Amino acid sequence: MTQNVNDWLNAHGDYLYRFALARLRDPHQAEDAVQETMLAAIKNNSFEGESSARTWLTGILKHKIIDLQRKQIREQPLSDLIDLDASDSSMDDFFDKSGHWIDRPQEWDMPESALEQKQFLGILSECMDKLPAKLKAIFMMRDVHELENENICKELDITTTNAWVMLYRARMGLRKCLELNWVTG
Amino acid sequence: MLTCKQASQLISQSLDRPLSWSSRLQLRFHLVICDACTRFKQQLNQLRSAIQRVTLHTESDSTITLSKEAKARIASAIDSKHH
Repeated sequence: MTQNVNDWLNAHGDYLYRFALARLRDPHQAEDAVQETMLAAIKNNSFEGESSARTWLTGILKHKIIDLQRKQIREQPLSDLIDLDASDSSMDDFFDKSGHWIDRPQEWDMPESALEQKQFLGILSECMDKLPAKLKAIFMMRDVHELENENICKELDITTTNAWVMLYRARMGLRKCLELNWVTG
Repeated sequence: MLTCKQASQLISQSLDRPLSWSSRLQLRFHLVICDACTRFKQQLNQLRSAIQRVTLHTESDSTITLSKEAKARIASAIDSKHH
C-alpha cells in the first residue's frame, strides 16, 4: 500500500497541490492538505479502481481542504464573529449616514485579451489575499466550492445571519479592491 | 423605500438564499431607479465568475508543482505512518 501511495504522490501530487493551492491560497496549507490526503488514502484503503485514482484522491482532498478552512475560521475568537453586524460602523467606508453609496459602483471594463485577462486575474488574486483570513475562507467555501449556506453554517457552527454578513463583507471588500486596482470603463 | 445599503445587502444575500417575496419586490423597485445598485449587482456576478476562473487558472497551471523538499516531507510522513 505504501508503494501505491508513493506512486500516487509522484503521479498526482502536483495536480493535488495545485487543486489545494487554488482553494486555500497558501503554499504551506496546500502541502498539508496533500499530505493529509495521502495519509487518509493509506488509512481508509477503499480505492477499488472504479474511478481513476486521481478522482478518488481529489474527493478526499476536497474534504481536507474544507477541514482546513473550517479550522481557520473557528480559530478566530468569538468576539470577531459577534462584531460582524453589517449595520455597525464597519460599513461606514461604503455608505453615508442616510445609506447612500459614498463611491458609486463603476461599470467594469471586463478583460478581453489574454494579456488583460491575466492581469485581471492577478489583481483579483491579490485582492483576495488582502481579505481577513476568515472572510477569505468562508468566501471560498461559498463561491468556489459552492457549498450550500446551510452546510457552511453547520461546518462552522455559525448562524445563517452571520454567514450572510460575512459573505457580504467579503464581497464588498473584494469589489472595492478591484475597483481601486482595475481600470474601470 | 430601501436604502442603497439595504439593497446591497439583499443583493448579496440573493446569491446565498431565496429572498422573501416582499424583499424581492422592494429590491426590484429599488433597482429600477438606482444605477449604482444595478451596477453593484452586475459586479457581484462578474466577481463570482472571475473567482471561478482564478481557481481554474491556478489548478491548470502546470508550472506550479510540489517542491522536491515538499515531496520528500510528504513521502517521509507516509513512511513513518506505515512502519
